[in-house]
Amino acid sequence: MADLICENLNMTFSNPQTGGKVEALKDINFTLKKGELLSVLGPSGCGKTTLLNMLAGFINPTSGTASLDGKVIEGPGVERGMVFQQGALFEWLPVSQNVDFGLRMKNTDPAKSKRLVDKWLGIVGLQGFGDTPTYQLSGGMQQRVALARCLVNDPEVILMDEPLGALDALTREKMQSLVLELWKETGKTIIIITHSVEEALLLGERLFVMAPRPGRVHKEYNLPFAELGLKESLRDIKQKEEFSEVREEILTMIWNMEEEIMGHG
Amino acid sequence: MGELLSYNRAYIAAFIIIVLVAMFVISVVVGRKETAQRDKDEVFGDPERTRGGWYWSACGVATLLLVWFYFSWGVGRAYFPEAANEMCQVAKLEEVVSPIKAALPIGSRYFKSTLLVARNTDQLDELVTQVPSDVFSPDEQDELRNIIGDQRQLMANSSDPTQLSAQTSSELNALVGKISLLADKLKSDPTSLKPTEEALAQPKWGLSIIEIPVLPTTSRGVLFDTVAGEAADITTLFNKIRNHPVQNDRIISDVKQRIQNLKTATESDDFDAAAIVQRNKYIKSVERIFKRLDDGTIFPARALEEVNGAIANLDAAKDHARGGLAWIESLFFPGQGVVKSRTQCTEQGSARWLPKPTDVVAEFLTLSNPDIEAGGGYKGIPLFWWKWLPLQDVVGFFVPDSIADIWPGEYAQLGPDGTITPSFKDDLLAFARGEAYLGAIPMLDGHLWDSLFRVLVALALGILLGVPLGLFMGVSRFFKSFFDPLIELYRPVPPLAWAPLILTIFGITDDGKIFLLFMVAFAIMVISARTGASGTQLSKIRASHSLGASTSQIMRYVILPNAMPEILTGVRIAIGVCWGTLVAAEILAGTTGIGFIENIARTVSDYELIWVTILIMGILGLMFDIIMRWVIARTIPWRGKG
Ligand SMILES: Nc1ncnc2c1ncn2[C@@H]1O[C@H](COP(=O)(O)OP(=O)(O)OP(=O)(O)O)[C@@H](O)[C@H]1O
Ligand SMILES: [Mg+2]
Repeated sequence: MADLICENLNMTFSNPQTGGKVEALKDINFTLKKGELLSVLGPSGCGKTTLLNMLAGFINPTSGTASLDGKVIEGPGVERGMVFQQGALFEWLPVSQNVDFGLRMKNTDPAKSKRLVDKWLGIVGLQGFGDTPTYQLSGGMQQRVALARCLVNDPEVILMDEPLGALDALTREKMQSLVLELWKETGKTIIIITHSVEEALLLGERLFVMAPRPGRVHKEYNLPFAELGLKESLRDIKQKEEFSEVREEILTMIWNMEEEIMGHG
Repeated sequence: MGELLSYNRAYIAAFIIIVLVAMFVISVVVGRKETAQRDKDEVFGDPERTRGGWYWSACGVATLLLVWFYFSWGVGRAYFPEAANEMCQVAKLEEVVSPIKAALPIGSRYFKSTLLVARNTDQLDELVTQVPSDVFSPDEQDELRNIIGDQRQLMANSSDPTQLSAQTSSELNALVGKISLLADKLKSDPTSLKPTEEALAQPKWGLSIIEIPVLPTTSRGVLFDTVAGEAADITTLFNKIRNHPVQNDRIISDVKQRIQNLKTATESDDFDAAAIVQRNKYIKSVERIFKRLDDGTIFPARALEEVNGAIANLDAAKDHARGGLAWIESLFFPGQGVVKSRTQCTEQGSARWLPKPTDVVAEFLTLSNPDIEAGGGYKGIPLFWWKWLPLQDVVGFFVPDSIADIWPGEYAQLGPDGTITPSFKDDLLAFARGEAYLGAIPMLDGHLWDSLFRVLVALALGILLGVPLGLFMGVSRFFKSFFDPLIELYRPVPPLAWAPLILTIFGITDDGKIFLLFMVAFAIMVISARTGASGTQLSKIRASHSLGASTSQIMRYVILPNAMPEILTGVRIAIGVCWGTLVAAEILAGTTGIGFIENIARTVSDYELIWVTILIMGILGLMFDIIMRWVIARTIPWRGKG
């Protein structure tokens, strides 16, 4: 029963200056089983970040509930790790201390945390960088530190808000493989938000396409590509015909939504 | 060693100046060569243009020091150590003849007689138009006008060369003769004259408070000194000469009588009080002018022409006797030269307030000498040294006496056999009061340390209390809104405006100054910590929440380090402001500290000491800043890179 369940989630922002209201999310309902990989796609402003923030517990829904393992989410917690678009690393700490931040907050035995940190730095391919200041790392390396920092805490759900958005194509592809490997190896529930349709297809066992005004889940897909990605190279998958078909379908869908927004605006 | 250096400071300066000139020349030559080299190399702009070069720094330092040496007469003293003494002797002569010169065109453009007649005439003209017709009878009014007319006649007689009395004429001739003799004496060769033992035993120039030795130490100086002595008699003689033409004698006694009559009339007749006042006032003004005329200080211009010429002659002789000294003076002693006042000779111009570099160093060495008995330190306190601090003083300050009261048991009482057995409670009280001997620890001591101590304690308190409050204000709406009015109300008031109040409340001890500085540091630290804390990125706070950090852990491990750059900048600013405020507070009230020294030095016009304190403060301020820059570079290398 380690499921992530959203029931009738609503989020309305009101702007005190203009008095206007924004329905960032309206009637979101879904159940995510343990170990599922969900990617969320949608035009800008459709409420993706709002949804993630709500699941992380940073903001409370206007109405409705989100629960994990039957417990209603009411605030941030270690069982829900978050990876931000830009690392949000602590630049005053070197890499290893960034990674073991969560462990230190829990007063974990230093020897044990050292072992864990070394292990995770190894997994994300940063062994030997423990003492490097984070500001000396490249963007991709910083994202890997953020990933390790989240994973070392052993969360049940990993929430990622455009984690690869700022990376170049090559690094991005490597990171995508890394995410898939981590998913398989750790069996964790992962929600990943992205702007790239290809990335959403590759990294989504399930895929939500969201629509704005009010923010809602427009269409849902179940996809085989994430499983495939564990065996084949990502580039090969992108060549497949099924892949292109879904991609074109979603692109048209989003394109239409954007048109609509422009028309309304 | 120190004394030897101090005694020979003129020679040391001479050496340093040569080094400085060499440094200047070499650095200019090297600098020009380098520049020429680069001009050839570069085609489109010099990529290194923002970089300096040691040679230009050396050139700048040398220039600055040379300018300092020059305008403080340091150069003059280094190469002409006797010049000031000679200038002092010349100044003596000038001082002595100045009363004569003041009465002649050579010193003040007009003859004094001319000015006197002009002034008296002006005043008489005015009096004539103002005869009060209501308090004087018509006869008296005529009388007054006659008196005024007679006064004009007195002046006319005095100004007439043909009426000059034979006595006055011979006195003036004698005076001219004496002045000429003096001029001849000045032209004589002084080499045979020798300074006295006493003169040679005087402290050298710059070694005493009076600075320039007064007694002549060179042959030329002795000559001027002697001439000045004789000129003093001539001046006395000149001041005694009066011009009383025979025709004036009768008018004078006559006018005197008539003024007396008018006065008597005022007393005898029954005028009302106001009329008496008015009459007396007018008669007084008439009489005042009359008394000046009675003095006989008006001479015919022609009669004094010869005296004027004789003095001009004396001036020429003086210039001749000065010889090379005149050149030295105009080249190396910028300003108004040496002036002789009643008892001493003083440097005039820039040298008066700009002490010579070597003197400043000497003053600093005296000040920093920890040996009070040998004249070091200031007012019995060293500049920066150490002493044994009795430990019980510290304990007595920090441990409250009430600890002994709380302790169970009773204080000792007088026993029946007349003895007192102290209990543990008594011992505890003695301990808390700082009466029990506990040994001593070495502790820094001195004026400079006192100042530093005040700043450092206030700064430490400001940081310890201000940073946490600022951090909370940066993240909590309650703290921000609750404390904001308090801080924003007292912070904009300049610290020095608080000083009188706080120093009055706390007295002149350290507490008041520390509290004043604490107020300054506290506000700065609160504001900088608040800015730093409120600037923490939301994503960092959220990330640490997700990583399981509690609120207090986020404060300690995220908000605080994130605010570190602002906090350190705050410390840097606070040090500067505290230092500035402290000196001012010490000037206002205090018995120790660097500002105290400067204040006392100010009241006694000790320019060397003033400059020493200024330089010490400048160097310390610079050191603070260098330390802070080093600390910042060490502790927050990540600043602005996150
Ligand atoms: N704190 C807030 N106050 C008011 N309105 C907000 C706030 N946060 C988000 N919104 C509004 O909610 C809507 C959804 O915002 P959200 O950030 O979730 O979009 P998004 O899907 O993440 O967009 P993007 O892809 O550009 O990141 C937007 O219209 C936004 O203006
Ligand atoms: Mg977003």
